[in-house]
Amino acid sequence: MIHDVVVIGAGPAGMSAAVQLRKLGASVLVVDEQPAPGGQIWRGIERNASGPIAVALGPDYQKGRALTAAFRASGAEYSPSTQVWQIEDEWTLFLTSEGKARRVRARAVLLSNGAQERPVPFPGWTLPGVMTVGAAQILLKSGGMLPQGNVWIAGAGPLPLLYATQVLGLKGQISGFLDTSRGLNLAALAKLPAAWRDLPSLAKGLKWQRELRRNGRMIRGVSDLRAEGNGRLQQLEWTAGGVRRKAKADVLLVHEGVVPRIHETLALGCDHDWNPAQKYFAARSNRWGETSRPGLFVAGDASGIGGWTAATVSGEIAALGLAGHLGIKVDTEALRRENQLDGRRSRALALRPFLDALYTPPTTSIADDVVVCRCEEVTAGTIRKVARTSTSDPNAIKAATRCGMGPCQGRQCGYTVQAILAEVHNLPVGDVSFFNIRPPLKPITLGEIASLGELEDAE
Amino acid sequence: MFRSVLEGPTAQADMTVLVNGAETPAWDGETVAGVLLRVPGAGRTSAVTGEPRLPYCQMGVCFDCLAIVDGVASTQGCLVPVKPGMRIESQQGAREIGR
Ligand code: FES
Repeated sequence: MIHDVVVIGAGPAGMSAAVQLRKLGASVLVVDEQPAPGGQIWRGIERNASGPIAVALGPDYQKGRALTAAFRASGAEYSPSTQVWQIEDEWTLFLTSEGKARRVRARAVLLSNGAQERPVPFPGWTLPGVMTVGAAQILLKSGGMLPQGNVWIAGAGPLPLLYATQVLGLKGQISGFLDTSRGLNLAALAKLPAAWRDLPSLAKGLKWQRELRRNGRMIRGVSDLRAEGNGRLQQLEWTAGGVRRKAKADVLLVHEGVVPRIHETLALGCDHDWNPAQKYFAARSNRWGETSRPGLFVAGDASGIGGWTAATVSGEIAALGLAGHLGIKVDTEALRRENQLDGRRSRALALRPFLDALYTPPTTSIADDVVVCRCEEVTAGTIRKVARTSTSDPNAIKAATRCGMGPCQGRQCGYTVQAILAEVHNLPVGDVSFFNIRPPLKPITLGEIASLGELEDAE
Repeated sequence: MFRSVLEGPTAQADMTVLVNGAETPAWDGETVAGVLLRVPGAGRTSAVTGEPRLPYCQMGVCFDCLAIVDGVASTQGCLVPVKPGMRIESQQGAREIGR
């Protein structure tokens, strides 16, 4: 059987695209790594319906319930706990779930696999006890886990503020919030007038900040963060206001923004654009979400960070684009107008330029002794040394150091290698490329490949 | 390091899993990575230097949650929900051949 569309990712963009595509009469298969729909933003949404966790997660989280229910009722085929490890032309997708591999075919593909937190290496970031804010929030959504002991948050952006508020709402403890943002700067202020179009979100952010300040937990202008400990995190060091400070710590949660997932579009050779404000690559797409590869669409944060509201609208837009591609007889331009998709999207993105200017990615050079590649344990010093005698191609670093060759395939080290190469070769960061990405997109076992062989024999 | 808000003197766990052979309470919706964070010493060791690691990202992109789950090595723990009686074992270094 050949599906009209295979959607990868069951978050806001993927679910809304699937719902629309079903309404337009397309057959849809949605595959997702997670065991239940909702993506990271609405992770566990079907389980966290009531009780203290549901209350603490707040109204934006609860808004995911309606779309998730619509998705469940849409008639889209849904394959949870499934990894996509290879995508071939026009279009064959190789999947694994429950230790078994299989192949599915599609007339078109929508990548709505979202974002990941931007990895920012610092001394001690591989110690047990250090993890991302997003990780901690996922733990809260899955099983109601709260961090224990001396808990510190370090970083910048809306997510750490939201998470801190959620933890305090559940009577959890936070020893301190180390704010690494540069504070309100001119560039951000210039974007403020447009941001007023999304007054509720702006007000929410200010409220979170006020709550943290009232609790005396906010430390501003933090730099040179260091995590230390013997076999696990035990203490923190940072600089603020020119003074070096220390504190006991059991858990450190870090966050420096999010970046699109691009391994799939890189592997497929799509054109990508560099976002200089937020320092990430995203697949270039037209006004319907179609990439430079006909029939391959992107939507949501995977096509550029916009947040969940914009993601749901871009999912609807991509659904119309896909309908056009499939030759479904509908007036896609008229539907686009009737549903006010462009207006809704631009409202959803109104706050974004302000946030992007307020929370710029860190630019500090990474010290030589810091591990950059968590998998192969390659330090910044090793990368720098090779970079001095190599071209500015990250693949040369990979070949010489194994950096990016581990199971995460550069998902943690890619942008850091790029930044070090730019620094050594004195180039603008965006002029240095990302690693070449080749399938498999996720590590697979011989057993899984063998199961694919059995399947083909049976065909 | 982490504790469920559902946990309490009277609250019952939803299930029991085996972590390196020891019976451990677990909650619906929790992943294997969540368990690794709650049980001291359950994490993996890194492939090159053998340093202790614990799950970092919970969203499938760091691979520091690798564990042996029901006999399958290099399972990404953050993508696998717990099930009653599940066997979770710490993974030492790189994947051993044949597992
Ligand atoms: S915790 Fe990062 S991949 Fe599982």
